[in-house]
Amino acid sequence: MSELRGVIVSHAAVAQALVAAVKAITGIDGALTPVSNEGCGTEALAERLSQAVGQGPAVLFVDLPGGSCLTSSARYAKQHADIAVVTGVNLAMLLDFVFHRDIPPAEAARRAVDAGGKAIRVTAA
Amino acid sequence: MTLALYRIDDRLIHGQVVVGWGQPLDVSFIVLVDDEVSSSDWEQDLYRMGVPPHIEVIFASVEQAAQQMSAWESDARVGILLVGDIDTAVALTERAPQVRRFNVGGVHHRTGRRERLRFVYLTDDEAAKLRQLAARGVEVTAQDVPTARAVPVGEFT
Repeated sequence: MSELRGVIVSHAAVAQALVAAVKAITGIDGALTPVSNEGCGTEALAERLSQAVGQGPAVLFVDLPGGSCLTSSARYAKQHADIAVVTGVNLAMLLDFVFHRDIPPAEAARRAVDAGGKAIRVTAA
Repeated sequence: MTLALYRIDDRLIHGQVVVGWGQPLDVSFIVLVDDEVSSSDWEQDLYRMGVPPHIEVIFASVEQAAQQMSAWESDARVGILLVGDIDTAVALTERAPQVRRFNVGGVHHRTGRRERLRFVYLTDDEAAKLRQLAARGVEVTAQDVPTARAVPVGEFT
């Protein structure tokens, strides 16, 4: 199985910053591609997504569970069998993802939700 | 209260609408007027995902919207009405003449369109349709978020 690509789809420069943070922490480069919806209508964002994904398989990490980033990602995934979509992207799920890219997209998506969710907590005062 | 915002935005329901406008207006319902979305359960589920549960989302075709407009405008709650393109806005104002204003919130780049504002790209035909809308007494302005200036139609068409 070819290694999964991760595509981060976000408002403004959130995706770029997350890619830079993953590289700074892990040294892994090239596993993640940032896509911003800045200045994009539906068609332009779909084109950016298509270019970022290239030849699948891939997981699309979307910033919010609704809005233009999600609608474009969901439409793309509907048309491609080897694409999974996760919302609420955070750094923790990406750090886990880049080390586990030899599994099917749907499994990687579930794993990301688990890893990302575990990172959200209230710390002791 | 009433429909507080009539908006043309090719992204339809998204962050600027739900949060940027929805929060300060304390919106309780969103009307999405689009013939294609109103006939697709899958598309409706997708757009509903971006909306918190306390905000009702109503999907309507142009014809359905024209019939329901008076009820929405006299609703005790605050609402936002969205269309995805200028043709739909024109069609709606023709069938529901009580619609007296439209906010151009996002019409993005596509072949044949040129930049009028950072978030508004129009073909010459679309610009003319907006001017015609204004000539018929509809207040047309461009404004992406509430904190920005409402740019009159004459400045961007």
